[in-house]
This record gives sequence, structure tokens and C-alpha cells, in this order.
Amino acid sequence: MPINQPTAVSSSADAVSIPLVDMAGIDKSFPGVRALSQARFELKAGEVHALMGENGAGKSTLMKILSGVYSRDAGEVRLNGQKVEITSPRQAQDMGIGIIHQELALMRDLTAAQNIFIGREPRRFGLLDEGALNRDAQAIFDSMNLRLSPTVLVESLTIAKQQMVEIAKALSYKSRVLIMDEPTAALNDAEIAELFTIINRLKAEGVGVVYISHKMDEIKRISDRVTVMRDGEYVGTVPAADTPIETIISMMVGRTLSNEVLDIPNTAANPVALEVRGLNRGRDIRDVSFAVRKGEILGLAGLMGAGRTEVARAIFGADPRDSGEIWVNGQRVGISSPKDAVRAGIGYLSEDRKHFGLATGLDVRNNIALASLGRFTGPGGVINDGAMHAVAEKYIRQLSIKTPSDTQEARLLSGGNQQKVVIAKWLLRDCDILIFDEPTRGIDVGAKAEIYKLLNALAEQGRAIIVISSELPEILRLSHCIAVMCEGRLTGTLPGGSSQEEIMRLATMREAAMEVRHAG
Amino acid sequence: MTDTAATPAKSGIRISGAFHRLLAFSGLIALVVVFSLASPNFMQTQNVLAILQATSVNGVLAIAATLVIITGGIDLSVGTLMTFCAVITGVVLTFLGLPLPLGIVASILAGTACGLVSGTIIAKLKVPPFIATLGMMLILKGLSLVISGTRPIYFNDTPGFTQIAQGSIVGAIIPALPIPNGVMILFGVALLAAFVLSKTALGRYTFALGSNEEAVRLSGVNVDRWKIAVYAVAGSICGVAGLLIASRLNSAQPALGQGYELDAIAAVVIGGTSLSGGRGTVLGTLIGALIISVLANGLRILSVAQEWQTVVTGSIIILAVYADILRRRTL
Repeated sequence: MPINQPTAVSSSADAVSIPLVDMAGIDKSFPGVRALSQARFELKAGEVHALMGENGAGKSTLMKILSGVYSRDAGEVRLNGQKVEITSPRQAQDMGIGIIHQELALMRDLTAAQNIFIGREPRRFGLLDEGALNRDAQAIFDSMNLRLSPTVLVESLTIAKQQMVEIAKALSYKSRVLIMDEPTAALNDAEIAELFTIINRLKAEGVGVVYISHKMDEIKRISDRVTVMRDGEYVGTVPAADTPIETIISMMVGRTLSNEVLDIPNTAANPVALEVRGLNRGRDIRDVSFAVRKGEILGLAGLMGAGRTEVARAIFGADPRDSGEIWVNGQRVGISSPKDAVRAGIGYLSEDRKHFGLATGLDVRNNIALASLGRFTGPGGVINDGAMHAVAEKYIRQLSIKTPSDTQEARLLSGGNQQKVVIAKWLLRDCDILIFDEPTRGIDVGAKAEIYKLLNALAEQGRAIIVISSELPEILRLSHCIAVMCEGRLTGTLPGGSSQEEIMRLATMREAAMEVRHAG
Repeated sequence: MTDTAATPAKSGIRISGAFHRLLAFSGLIALVVVFSLASPNFMQTQNVLAILQATSVNGVLAIAATLVIITGGIDLSVGTLMTFCAVITGVVLTFLGLPLPLGIVASILAGTACGLVSGTIIAKLKVPPFIATLGMMLILKGLSLVISGTRPIYFNDTPGFTQIAQGSIVGAIIPALPIPNGVMILFGVALLAAFVLSKTALGRYTFALGSNEEAVRLSGVNVDRWKIAVYAVAGSICGVAGLLIASRLNSAQPALGQGYELDAIAAVVIGGTSLSGGRGTVLGTLIGALIISVLANGLRILSVAQEWQTVVTGSIIILAVYADILRRRTL
């Protein structure tokens, strides 16, 4: 029975006798992989219920079953107490279950209104009624207090606004269940606040929201309960407010992670590994200069749009620059392409691993060898597969990469393990200078800790590391030294262990940046 | 997140489609100006009409290709499908001696049927469009030869057949404007196609499929059905092209057709439609087709050897796509 008839609004605090959604005993297997085993999940009307777990824990799979993308092998799903069979995404939509995928499912060449009503366009005499389409979309935007034009092309919208279009689409189906998969991965603080306002409004209307995320602070802020999954199984459900973070983390990883206090080594006397002088590119990079020493982790902090990735790509030769010098180990190097950068010993892990870091169609072995194929090429250009295999196995062990074998296709690995493959690639290349751009994005807590340990180990080996991150706790956790950027300028450097407030001050120091701009 | 990728208003992209058409249109005007200056014969009414008439077959084929390309697919069979439809018309009118209207219907039905087959192979069997239509192209080429007995089928027994393309209804009403029917049919097909693209569900899904097929599927739309429909409609348009060419030659030439698809796709690309799908216009395709015909005509008037035509066309295709890439890079 469809559930998009108005249900009695309940506050999350009082238990409603019949949950909105009740999934129990869910099994799901794919060829060679047991994705879910007796998984369960229960959602009440008017609650925000976080779903947490390491990558590969089964959260997305479980929600894809609920939203009709996958079919289940066993178990049952009940909506408002009634057993249902959900066989397609459209059917799930009609039943009031809306899902907003991590990779937004929008048609970029169409307008916002056209996207919302695709498949259900209002007609007049059999032809599309564009006027009614736009009016209906505007009505939804108004109800969300969203300032958006129905006729705007989706591809010209920011990710945040695109997400709003997806939410509007779910609302247009009168969804009573809204599943949001990593909704804030690409949003800034202001946009996150807007999103939470909308979520709270939905809550008040009795909608049940499933919130899949890795961000602990957000989950504490927005959700009522937290369900944790691990290795395809249900671990437990706890109240969000009262449960300490360490408990949730230990539920996710099966062990307690100690909050290691960073012991900041004194690297002031180390030789300078990388020095950037006067880097400029249009309005994106304005006169940026800094230095990183051997054995040092430099955190590059700033808000979105500050230009950190641009700086990294310019150093790496991935993008051209207008001016600026790059010095490696005291020698000036000419870098006009990544090839030059790699030869100079610089490696760059981009923030978008699927598009820029990994050859997703290739297997783990070849991805690891990707930057070092010359090493495995014998006379006549023949590749020594055995040697490649041995090296891949070594890194799989060393970095604890979870993969059935080194011939597994890279795209089948979870996000965290994909990241480790990319790291292995650069380690094999023996880069002395490594630039990590958002290294733990989309990676769960357990894998994050492993990567932090790895970064510290790399620094201890004497390499120079630059870490770009938008998560201030991460910057503080990792960095020996912090450089802050704002709107293309380097606004200041801080020692490691500085406060978040100090970093934020420099990251938002637009007035100073503007003054300099006018004077110059 | 890339620091600047999340920032707003790549509003430039919204202009780029119109800008590319503007570019193509100015290219067309430039060519016309150049050829007019080079030869007084160029802008004479008779020559202009000849250019338009020469554009009609390629233009209609290009419109069919436009629909398919917007969905992100491609149709290499448009040329031989046109010939196949002409041959079917020949069978109906000449072999079977049936009346003219039946011949017209047969051509369009044959085109639609073959389009359905292509679409089904692509949507249901998941064969990539390039391969599926390549196969169809060869199959239809062979069938045309088989059915016709490898000989041309003449329409001498059907008086009025040549009137379809070569007659002039407009000329009968306004003697000063003897616009051939073929040209009017081209514009009619163009208007109809543009209407379908902007006002009907089929048109909407054509763009949607090319933009993000998976998103369309997840939205609960029957992707297979609409994909097949697009190929079927393209096929029926090829049926119209079949009538046009048969009428121009007063015969169905079974050995003809292969190679026409390249000019059709060239017109689509020059006109600004992206081969990756999701965007494109009929107007752009018309401009592209006109550019090709103007070039051919102009070069001939200037007594440039005909062989240079394809050299120039090929160069323009590369320039057109490169211009598009440049524009997208600066946004």
C-alpha cells in the first residue's frame, strides 16, 4: 500500500507503534561477494536516522534495496506495517520512497523543472505543457523557500543547488521517506546549514529521513538515532545525542580507536624539499609562496574556492601557470607538465580519484604500476607481469589494501582502498614530495585512521608532504605546519596545533586579501 | 571538491549552443559572400534554388541523424536505408503497379520498420549504436541489391512521381518563386522535427537520454521504449529522403547510398550538435547542410576540381568541433 498519504506527525521522542519503514533479515549477494547478511533497519516518521559504517559495510546496498534499485535475496520490507515488494525505482517512488544518490542522478542538459518532472510531464492536448511544468516546479521551490529558477539549466548550477533540485524532485513525489547518501560531501558550511533547515522542516512534516554520512559532527547535529553496520551486518542502533563518538566508532570498526595526540616533530632545521615562489595564475592563484621541508607535513587549509587545488595542480604541472618558480631540493626545476613534476620527484593525489587518480577499468596491479611502467618493461618493450605482481602484493600487504587479489578491477574496491591503491602508485614511484588533495574524502573512520598513520610514516621516512583538506580537525590532526589560503592568496602560516579559530580567521581574511589587491 | 568547480554559473555554456550556431551561420554567410564576389552567377535565383534542392536529400538525412545523435547514439545506416526505402517504393509502384500514395506510404513504413529494428538491437540487445547501425547499413545495402535484382528500378510508369521532388507547388501559385517541392519537403521535415524536439515527450526524452541515460532510467522512465522510438522516427525520416532521391533521379538506384551518412553526420556536427549527446538543434543541422552544399556549388562555379570538396568538408568538420572544444575550455 503506498505510504504517501498523510500520516500522523509524530515527534521522534515518542515511539510510534508502527514504524514508517521496517527492514528485517535482509540478505543480498553479488557474484563472489556477500553484501548483506541478516541486515535490518527501522525508520520512524518524523525522525532523522543516520546510517553509518565503513565503506563496504552495506549501507548503500541496503538503501538501494529499499529504493528499488536492487532486489533482495531474503528478508522482508514493511512500509507502515504492510509487507511490500519493491521491484523498481519508479515503484519505490510511487510508494513514497525517495533517494538522493551520492552521484546526483540529474540530466545536466535539461532545466531544473524538466529534471524534476521527467517521465511525468504535464501535457496539454498531448503536447508538453512547459508553462505548467515551470509553474509546478516553482511551487515546490517556494514550499522549500528555495530561490531557484525552474528554467535554469542544471549544468550551470553549483553542486549544492543541484542537490536541492534532487530534493525538490523527491518532494514532488510526496515522499514520506527520504534517503540521502553523503549529501554534504560537496557543500560548504552555509549550504550545509540550508540543507539542515530543509531536513528539519521535512522532519516536522512527518517525513522520515535516512542520512548516510561519515561526518560525525553533522550526524550529531542533525540526527535522532544512529544505526551502525559492519561487514554487511547490523551492529546496533543508538540515540545520536547521548552516545559518545568513540562508542559509535568502536561499533563501526569493532575496536576502540585511541584519539592519538599528535606529537609534532620539530622540523625547522630540516632542509627545504619544495619551495614555491611567486606562483600566479589569473584570479585563481595570486602570488603564492611557501616552502615544505623534508619530513614535514604541511597542511594547506582554506574554504572552498580558496585555490588550494589550483596551487597543487600548478605545482604538479597539470595546469599552466602565468608565473612563478618551483624549487626542488634547492634547485630550480622547470615544470610544464606532470611528466616534469614526476621526474622531479613530485607526486599528486587528486581529490577526485575516480576521474583523475585511478584507471577504474584496470586492475589493482596495473594501477599501482601506472606511474612506473618503465620499471617493469624489459627489452623490446615487453612487460614483466611477474615483477608487477610481486610489487603489487607487497603494497597490498604494506598498506592493508582490502582486495581479493591484485587482479581485481580497481573500480570494485571501496573508496578507502581505492585511495590506498593511488598512494601505492606514488610510493612505488618513490616520490620525495607528495601532495594529497582531500585524501580521506568519502572514506570511513577506520580507513581514515590508517591513512593518517601512513602519512605520518611517510613523513618520518623523510618525505615532504602537503595535505589539502577542508576538514579542520583533519588538518589539525595531521599538520606539522599549516598554510592558509583565501581567494587565491596565501593569507598566513601557522604552527601545527593552532586552534580552528585561528585557521578560520586566516581562511576568511577577505578584507586583507582585498586590500592587497587594490594596492597592487 | 575542486575549489572552483563548485562555484556557480557556468552560464557561458548556455550560450555556447547558440554561439556555435551563430558561428556556423556566419561561416555560411561568409562563404556566400566570398562566392558571390568570385562569381556573378552564384547569387542568381536559379543557382540558389539549385543549392537548396541539392541540400534537400542530405538535409533530410541529417535531420534524421540529428535526432539519434542527440540521444548520444549514432546512425550509420541512414544512407543505405534511404536507398532501401527507394527500392521498396520501386517495388510497390513499378513491380506491383500500385497507386502513387501507396508508394509514398510504403517508403515511410519501410524506413520506420528498419528504424525499429535498429533501435531494438541497440536498446534490447545492448549492441553499441555504432556497431548496430554499421551492421544495418551493410544489411540494407545488400537487401537493396537483392530486391532490385541489382538493377535500377525506373518510375516511368508512374507519371507525376518526379513531381514529388522536382515539381513546384509554390511555383504554381507564385510563378516568380519556383521553389522545388523537395526544398519545401526539407523545410517541412525540419519544422516537424524541431516541433517534436521541443514540444513532445519524445523530444524531451531524446535530450534526456543523451544527457544522462542512467538518470532517466532511475526516474522510472522506460528507456528502451523511447530509444527505439527515436530510431524509428529517424528511420521514417530516411523514408522521406528515399522518396526525394528516387523522385530526383526518377529511379531507385540500389548501388547508391553508402557514403551519404558521412555527409549527413558532417552536417550535424558542423551545425553544432554534440556527438556526446544531450544537446543540438535542427536549425544548426540545416545550416551545416547548407554549408556543405554551398561549398560544393561554389567550388564548382569557380571551376575548382570536385575532388577538393571532400578535402574542404573534412577540414571544416575538424574546425567546427575544435571551435566547440575551445569554447568549452574557456568557460
